[in-house]
Amino acid sequence: MEKSNTVNLDFEKTIAEVEEKILHLKDIELGDGVNIDGEITRLRQKSERLLKQLYSKLTPWQKTLVARHPDRPHSIDYINLLIEDFENLSGDRCFADDLAIIGGLGKFNGRSVVVIGQEKGRDLETRVKHNFGMAKPEGYRKVQRLMDIADKFNLPVIAFVDTSGAFPGVEAEERGQAQAIASCIERCLKLKVPFVSVVIGEGGSGGAIAVATANRIIMLEHSIYSVISPEGCASILWRSADKVKEATEALCLTAQDLRRLGVIDEIVAEPTGGAQRHREEAIKRVGMAVARHLKELENQSGEELKRRRTEKFLKMGRHLAKSE
Amino acid sequence: MNWISDFVRPKIKKASPKELSDNLWTKCPECGQMLFNKELEKDFYVCSFCGHHLRLPVLKRLQMLFDDGKYRALSLPKLQDDPLNFKDSKKYTDRLRSYRKLSGRDDAIVVAYGEIGGIKAVVAILDFSFMGGSMGTAVGEGIVRGAEFALKTKSPFIAISASGGARMQEGILSLMQMARTTAAINQLKEKGFPYISVMTDPTTGGVSASFAMLGDINIAEKGSVIGFAGARVIEQTIREQLPEGFQKAEYLQAHGMVDIVVNRTELRDKLIKILKLLLNR
Repeated sequence: MEKSNTVNLDFEKTIAEVEEKILHLKDIELGDGVNIDGEITRLRQKSERLLKQLYSKLTPWQKTLVARHPDRPHSIDYINLLIEDFENLSGDRCFADDLAIIGGLGKFNGRSVVVIGQEKGRDLETRVKHNFGMAKPEGYRKVQRLMDIADKFNLPVIAFVDTSGAFPGVEAEERGQAQAIASCIERCLKLKVPFVSVVIGEGGSGGAIAVATANRIIMLEHSIYSVISPEGCASILWRSADKVKEATEALCLTAQDLRRLGVIDEIVAEPTGGAQRHREEAIKRVGMAVARHLKELENQSGEELKRRRTEKFLKMGRHLAKSE
Repeated sequence: MNWISDFVRPKIKKASPKELSDNLWTKCPECGQMLFNKELEKDFYVCSFCGHHLRLPVLKRLQMLFDDGKYRALSLPKLQDDPLNFKDSKKYTDRLRSYRKLSGRDDAIVVAYGEIGGIKAVVAILDFSFMGGSMGTAVGEGIVRGAEFALKTKSPFIAISASGGARMQEGILSLMQMARTTAAINQLKEKGFPYISVMTDPTTGGVSASFAMLGDINIAEKGSVIGFAGARVIEQTIREQLPEGFQKAEYLQAHGMVDIVVNRTELRDKLIKILKLLLNR
């Protein structure tokens, strides 16, 4: 597995130290030509072991940090690696092209599909360009337009969810953020083609469910999906930003929590140390899961897909009914 | 001992304004006039001085809407309380208990049916005084049952919203209610039955971004705050003053998001007129 360079998070200090040692040894090796391969291998194994240990018991707050890790693969990376002949389609035909959500046509495993992805951007320039992944109404209206195309040409829809939430701003309200999200959810429910959504990082509230009202919802192992950000929840319910860890625990926002609550269909295991450490491998695993779900859905008629999707969401919470 | 230390305080206690308002008077939050509670009730909680719409208790609104004030409540199934075992400064179950005691109802929704202008109709109404009308699984269940009952009885469905949004204490399950309620409304709409959304003060967050904005006809009560993000959040994001009248019903109408802004006293007549027109009666 090719390991990608990544920024270490605060709680990964022990690993950072080992990795530093490895780098240091490599420098020596280059300098003196002394063979210390054995020692490097040993340290590498140690670092792997530590990572495995650490990542097997991440707290919800640590998962939140991993889910937001700047080096985690983004929608653009998934599209680049999984979608062939991608053709980006722009605009909502009403107002603007919102780059917080990118989308278009492409081939997935040889089959034409419509792809939608929330994109946060990676550096200052692209973050501004993609508005940090926070879509405005035109973004949600672009999604609806793309879904019209999917329905008309009978193309399955794949959506990648990665947003802290819909953009809270005057212009977004002016142009009907609430209406745009509501009608986007409605549009998702009306689709007559297979629809699979993957939460690859952060699934932030209404802005996320607008593109995740799907037949199948998949989450990466260390991604989160929540009704409100831990920070927002802490400031509203605890009236203190310091209580963010408590809020994160209380919200039950990890993939494991959501699976237990029956909200999502599958968790895709991340490579050791998180998707940010092995980007390609993580993307490939997601690709395999999506392919499997699309295959399972391909024999259902359009009406059936729509009916089952509706039933799936009509049940959300009802499965917790008290036995009478 | 001298005349200073021997001073006896007069025993006349100033009546606290709260006691007054609880019993007889309510102060209009808009113009500050004191309103006689009995009058206020008769005026559907609309200030007789400035026309400001105060919050109207749920049962009063149902009486106001249905013919002769007569309706029946739909009994809603009981769901599991507190699926996440949520606790902030207080346990969610304790919060629920105290709101239930206070309101005498199970959650922030009442679903009722009866006749409005002689037309059979199902009305779901959110109770802002119950945890800010927030939408968790129970409110979602109410909307779903209401829409299903409307479908079964072939009646129009009217949802009257007053909500701060999703109920955080139910985490992701409350978020799922956005898709859930939308699914229920959608089924009804696709079968051709009217769905009218009435947004009252306030209708924000997950409620505005789901069933409340999806009416065949969207009606907003005069002066109501309606929007997705809260004004405070937006102010913090953009760090500037919000425009005049921002997120008010009239602002939403001007921006094309609601069809009609009504005075509460005209709501019933307006609903009857619209239902008759839609149903060609």
